[in-house]
Amino acid sequence: MKCGIVVFPGSNCDHDCYHILKHVLKLDTHWIWHKDEGLDAFDFIVLPGGFSYGDYLRPGAIARFSPIMKSVIDYANQGGRVLGICNGFQILVESGLLPGVLMDNAGQKFICKNLTLRVENSDTPFTSQCTTGQVLSIPINHGQGRYFADDDTLKRLKDNDQVLFRYCDAEGNTSDAANPNGSLDHIAGIANESKNVMGMMPHPERCADPLWRNVDGQLIFKSLIESSLAHT
Amino acid sequence: MTENTPITPEIVAEHGLSPEEYARIQELLGRDPNLVELGIFSAMWSEHCSYKSSRPHLKTLPTEGPRVIQGPGENAGVVDIGDGLAAVFKIESHNHPSFIEPYQGAATGVGGIMRDIFTMGARPIASLNSLRFGDPEHEKTRYLMNGVVKGIADYGNCMGVPTVGGDIYFDACYNGNILVNAFCLGLAKADRIFLGSASGVGNALLYVGSKTGRDGIHGASMSSAEFDDSTEEKRPTVQVGDPFTEKLLLEACLEIMKEDWVVGVQDMGAAGLSSSSFEMAERAGLGMELDIDAVPQREEGMNAYEIMLSESQERMLFVVEKGKEEDALAIFRKWDLDVAVVGRVTDDGIFRAKENGKEVVNLPIQTVVTGALKCDRPTSKPAYLAEMGTLDISSRELPVNCGDALKRLLAAPTIASKQYVYEQYDHMVRLNTLVLPGSDAAVLRVPETNKALALSVDCNPRYCYLDPYVGAQIAVAEACRNVACAGADPIGVTNCLNFGNPENPEIMWQFQEAVRGLGDLCRFFDIPVVSGNVSLYNETKGEAIYPTPTIAVVGLLNDLSLHCTQGFKQEGHLIGLLGFTREELGGSEYQKVFWNECRGKPPRLDPKTELMVQRLCLNMIHQQLIQSAHDCSEGGLAVALAESCFTGPKPVGADIGLSDGMRTDALLFGESQSRIVISFSEESLPSVASLAKEAGVPFSVLGRVGGQQFKIKINQNEIINENILVLEDIWKNSLSRYGNRVA
Repeated sequence: MKCGIVVFPGSNCDHDCYHILKHVLKLDTHWIWHKDEGLDAFDFIVLPGGFSYGDYLRPGAIARFSPIMKSVIDYANQGGRVLGICNGFQILVESGLLPGVLMDNAGQKFICKNLTLRVENSDTPFTSQCTTGQVLSIPINHGQGRYFADDDTLKRLKDNDQVLFRYCDAEGNTSDAANPNGSLDHIAGIANESKNVMGMMPHPERCADPLWRNVDGQLIFKSLIESSLAHT
Repeated sequence: MTENTPITPEIVAEHGLSPEEYARIQELLGRDPNLVELGIFSAMWSEHCSYKSSRPHLKTLPTEGPRVIQGPGENAGVVDIGDGLAAVFKIESHNHPSFIEPYQGAATGVGGIMRDIFTMGARPIASLNSLRFGDPEHEKTRYLMNGVVKGIADYGNCMGVPTVGGDIYFDACYNGNILVNAFCLGLAKADRIFLGSASGVGNALLYVGSKTGRDGIHGASMSSAEFDDSTEEKRPTVQVGDPFTEKLLLEACLEIMKEDWVVGVQDMGAAGLSSSSFEMAERAGLGMELDIDAVPQREEGMNAYEIMLSESQERMLFVVEKGKEEDALAIFRKWDLDVAVVGRVTDDGIFRAKENGKEVVNLPIQTVVTGALKCDRPTSKPAYLAEMGTLDISSRELPVNCGDALKRLLAAPTIASKQYVYEQYDHMVRLNTLVLPGSDAAVLRVPETNKALALSVDCNPRYCYLDPYVGAQIAVAEACRNVACAGADPIGVTNCLNFGNPENPEIMWQFQEAVRGLGDLCRFFDIPVVSGNVSLYNETKGEAIYPTPTIAVVGLLNDLSLHCTQGFKQEGHLIGLLGFTREELGGSEYQKVFWNECRGKPPRLDPKTELMVQRLCLNMIHQQLIQSAHDCSEGGLAVALAESCFTGPKPVGADIGLSDGMRTDALLFGESQSRIVISFSEESLPSVASLAKEAGVPFSVLGRVGGQQFKIKINQNEIINENILVLEDIWKNSLSRYGNRVA
């Protein structure tokens, strides 16, 4: 099993994803430079968090034009698994691999904190190790994570079970109080229609090292590994 | 203005140089300088770059020790932490720019200190900041606080360096001059530390980073003067930050530093290209020639004066071995950075710069770097101390309701939780933050080892105002105490000395006393001061800030699993106090909030007791006898107890019984030093008590963790009984209510 982490100029959670995949989960993990092309050798790839191109113009808006993104789009269209975390999610949205947009947080401030998510669909390559309705504790770290889509898009997302995570309280209930950024319908993460591309604002790599008690984030990576094994 | 502009007394004055200093320049050069040269002298001889007022005092600080790899004088201090690794750290001020333009001022302060760390070859792994704002009700305070916090957040978050802690005080003395002190710590291989030295005649001088623009010209000189009515007009002297470029610069620098042909490197900070090139050449005892036209420029038509003095951010000067220029250029180009070979190291001790083929600077390097007139500034004990130094608390009223008094203190922005602020900072990136912000010290694992570092920054300016010697000692003691409460041994100190105008003998006395206190305590604790920064002229229209010698302490834990936090962990645990309480209210937050004054003597500090209490606390943590440790500081015992109730796994009440004959308010809210609130299981009590006895440290059991009420009895009379969730809401949300209020 071979996985890759794309490094854009300004990525800064790349080292953390690498650490979890390589040192904690013992995968054959590779860096992919933004000027590279071609991803066929990988079982899955991760677009990490950070500030690609300084988030200038709009988060993800410049990264989508980097050479590697053409390969990412081809890879995804051929069924390759792509996980976008935070800025990675923003890039996936900007590049059209996922629907909707990510706007400024409702409070107009950057937020870094631990919170809870509810798994909405465990029948995907990103969530197969979770159960639907399970509450995960995973931190967020973003200034632009307020998901928005038009009514038709939202309806399609719901009808096709593409919403994978919603912000919730510790008991698993969604509410405005438990929604940190004003996301539409409390959405924290979505997949594309064929469920091989997923973007989420929370950072699973930040709660996957057994140095800490909470390793809920491992569930996302383990799901990807299991489903990739099944796939090959 | 060009190099041909005649130098008049007006021009000399505009450059912040005195007639004596100009005469000295003429004498040292044996001729008149041209305008470009005058500009260079102005920047290099400014207080900011030359430390001319402070150096005689700073020389008295203890800077050596078995762990010290690099003491003061380089970009940052370096301390050996074992396993072949070194901790590289420094704290630096960006006060003046942050008052003029809070967002960019604070952002570039963060950028500057990070460059200081990675120029040494270290990867930054954590930032702290120490902020001082004016009275919360002052019309500018909220704007300044929100701007500074956003500036720190946007820069640090983009860099991928976690901001893991800090401290914030509010006091009217900062109404006209806020303080923004930024600390950064990085890790490097102990045998791969890079210094700012331009050695090797013929070696190439490489400029890398952002293009040079017209921003920040004379920033160093601006920071060496007081504020007045024209302060707003100084906005163009504030630099503009570009964290994205700095992130690329960081990665490119760490990549190139793996090569053995990198000779030296220095950040272009204050006084930009001038200070970096002159200081690097001076350290090597060599000369340098520079081709101004080769410097990457943001706009057309910039002249030598502007290029030499610009403080555009995110720029570095590298010296690489002759013949390796193309290899160096290739690495920086990979990261899409502007880079150019701009000069060479020469052998004659002269700095020469050419513009359009014509020599526009020809200066002896040693003269510029070390020639500033040494100031032996006079000192005189401030007159205010005679009046403010006395306090008769018997004439002050006791609080009618101690529960209400506690609530008022928990709501005071200096005491209230700083969650509103630290949630705007990425404090988790790089997966090292073992203890998140909100405990006494931040704790970070040292990657690939079993060690951890604990960091704390501290200074109570009111104590320093009432007695700068004791105040500075307390700042060191408290920062060390915070680190000890986390389970770490203090191994190094860095300081940022913020004071008013040194030309005023009373300010200079404050400075001298604070440095003396700092030195004495560091010597007694045997902790070296490895880096630091001085910020003077922190005053507006003759109104100086309180002396604020900010101290950051780095501590080492050899076993990261033995770290400790301040929150109570479990119902039923016993609560104890190490140390004892005196009837002291001078300089306290309670005095300010209830009596609206700052007078009397600051709390007493006995260094020997302090050290005994800290060592005992560390011992108890390492023997795993105690489950929490929390320093008693602003707001005193009652606030410390309440904070421990709020900051465990979940909020929990406590039942406390005190017996003492002193004033209730002093017992509850006085800020006696050398006290630590601990909690432990019932079974550990005999061991805890006997360890304390052996150590000769006063120890008392105060009560028990549990329930939903926060109750305190004094001599059997219940004086506080409040719902813990109500108290927690006040403490946790007061600052966000303040910060989010639409004025």
